[in-house]
Formats: sequence, C-alpha cells, structure tokens
Amino acid sequence: MMGCKYTADSILAYLDGRASAAERRELEAHLHHCADCRARVEEFRRLWSVLDELPAIEPSPAFDARLRERIAAAPQPSPWSWLAPAPRVLAAFAAMLLVAVWLSWQSPAPAPETRSLEPGRSELEFTMIRDLQVLEDYDVLANFEALEALPVATEPDERRM
Amino acid sequence: MARSDVQLMLDVKAGDEASFELLLQRYRTPLVNFLHRMVRDAALAEDLAQEVFLRVYCARRRYEPGAKFTTWLFRIATNLALNAIRDGRHRKAELSLDEPAEDSERALELPDGHPTAEQQLLEQHRQAVIRRAIFRLPEKQRAAVLLHKYQEMDYDQIAKILGCSESALKSLLFRAYEALRVELAPLVGLAAEAEQGRAPAAAGEGRKA
Ligand SMILES: [Zn+2]
Repeated sequence: MMGCKYTADSILAYLDGRASAAERRELEAHLHHCADCRARVEEFRRLWSVLDELPAIEPSPAFDARLRERIAAAPQPSPWSWLAPAPRVLAAFAAMLLVAVWLSWQSPAPAPETRSLEPGRSELEFTMIRDLQVLEDYDVLANFEALEALPVATEPDERRM
Repeated sequence: MARSDVQLMLDVKAGDEASFELLLQRYRTPLVNFLHRMVRDAALAEDLAQEVFLRVYCARRRYEPGAKFTTWLFRIATNLALNAIRDGRHRKAELSLDEPAEDSERALELPDGHPTAEQQLLEQHRQAVIRRAIFRLPEKQRAAVLLHKYQEMDYDQIAKILGCSESALKSLLFRAYEALRVELAPLVGLAAEAEQGRAPAAAGEGRKA
C-alpha cells in the first residue's frame, strides 16, 4: 500500500459500488499484481460483511400514536396553522399593506383598512415568534451550501423531553 | 407509480394529511434505526424520530422543494442526535453498555457444536460488539458511517447532511472505517476464518481516530 497510487478513498469507492466502471476496471487490474492493495480490499470487504450483521430494529407499535399526540400538542395545531405565513402569503400581505398605506396617504383621513389589519398582523408575528426555532432550522436546512465550513448542530438546545 | 418524497411533501404542504402518513411509513424505520445507532438508546431514538417528524410537519407550510427530501430529514435527525448527545441525554445508554469490552474475546472462544440457544447468544453478542464499536466512533464519524453504510447515501448527500465538503467526508469515512477495522478485528478475523478456513487477521497498523 505504501507508495501505491490507490488510496483508501478509491478502495472505499470500489467496495461501496460508487466507483465508475472505468475506475473499477483499473483497480481490479491493479489488484492482480499488488498484494498489499489486495489485502486491504479483502480486509475492508470483511469489515463490510461484519457490519451487515447488525439487524434493524422496528419502531414500537405506539410510535404513530405518540407522534400524533405530540403533533396535537405542538404550539401550532392544524386548525390554526393557516396563520403560519407561507412566503407567497407573506408577499401578498406585504402588498396589501403597501396598498393600504398608499391609500391612507391619498386620503386626508386614515383609511379604516389600515387599522383593521393590525390585529391580524400582530397575530402573524406572534405565530412567527412562537415558531422561531422551526424557522431557524428551516433556514439552515434550506441553505446547506452557504454553511459548508460551519460545524453541524448549531441550533440551541431547547427541546422538550 | 409511487409519488416521490418531494411530491408527497408538496401535498402535505397543501394540507393533505394522508401524504404525511405515507412519508411517515416510508421513513419511520430508517430514522429510528439511524437514531438508535447514533444514541444507542431505543426509547430516546424513538423520541428523537418523532421530533424529526414533528418538525417536518410544523415546517410543512414553508417547504420549498430544493435539496432532496431525505437530505433535509436526516439533517434534522443528525442535528437532534448531536444535541441529545451533547445534552447528555444518552448518558443512560452509555452507562448501561450491555457488553464490556474485555468479555468480547472470551465469548468468541466458545467451542463449536453447542445448542442453538448458545449460538443465538453468540450472535447477539457479536451484534452488541458491533453496536458498541460504532457507538465509540466520534459523533460525526459515526453519523457518516451510518449514512454511508446503512442508509446507502451518496457522498454528496452525506456531505450536505453533515455540513462538510466531499473530500472532508471521504477522509472522515476512511478514519471511521479504519477505527472500526481495528475495533472489530476479532470479529473480522473470525468471519474470514469461517469463510476461508484462515487464521484470524491481526489488528493491523490502523490508527484510532
Ligand atoms: Zn497497490
């Protein structure tokens, strides 16, 4: 293996089937006359089959029921979930607000629509604040590329038991 | 034809609860297994898997199809597992390691031709040794191996889940498999012996990560 151009990377890719057909042929040809690489491949192959011995477990029968309970108890139960602003809803809302503001500028007296919008708006903000952790997670998850250099698990630890 | 994960998630976003059920059926077992191997505690693994689904459900209105659905799902799962480990929520599991390391070789020297009950015991013992070897990997290496070996994900997807480059992931995986090869040398050797009638392999020059 010392001084051999075949690295652990390529052997790993060969074994897990992620190497291209050409790469595979090249390594196989090399294995014919390199005992070190052959031994290394064989060792990894054995490790691979040992790891296969680990059986999968089944989730408990209560899994779904428990999840449904937790969803029902979540701060954002489905009957109210329409309050959570989807980006398009938020954009439409902003547009409405702009129109309302513009209308109030046009008329000398404040437009009644502006005031009637207020409670709805604070309610939206409240939902967003309540939901902040999920939002933060989502922003992180939606922007992987920007975070490549950052360590994993940047979210605060405020989960319930 | 089965609907794709992305299509199901878009249907969930549009208010279709049945599609959420389908996603749940599809990923309940893989998630519970991934988390179980991460935290080595079945009850905690279930709790965390539920948390993953809960978060997906709560974020459904904001879902935009971008990265693969499973990348999103397993990234949430990985973050939750790492947090649970850092919070010490897995400590219970760590203390109740079912198999102390010193016992492993003794148990493996059981004579052949014993009743099925003993073979079963041996099998369970091997599984416990494998579980523990995986659990002893540093957290990020552990996650990388689990996603690579058991979830059979691409390098590109695992790198996104772990928030590292593909080349960093490859070296992470290599170090992890080297550590496992050393840690599991007795099992790897015996497996080879059974297969080919050869003597168990020596632990080799591999380094521990
Ligand atoms: Zn070679």
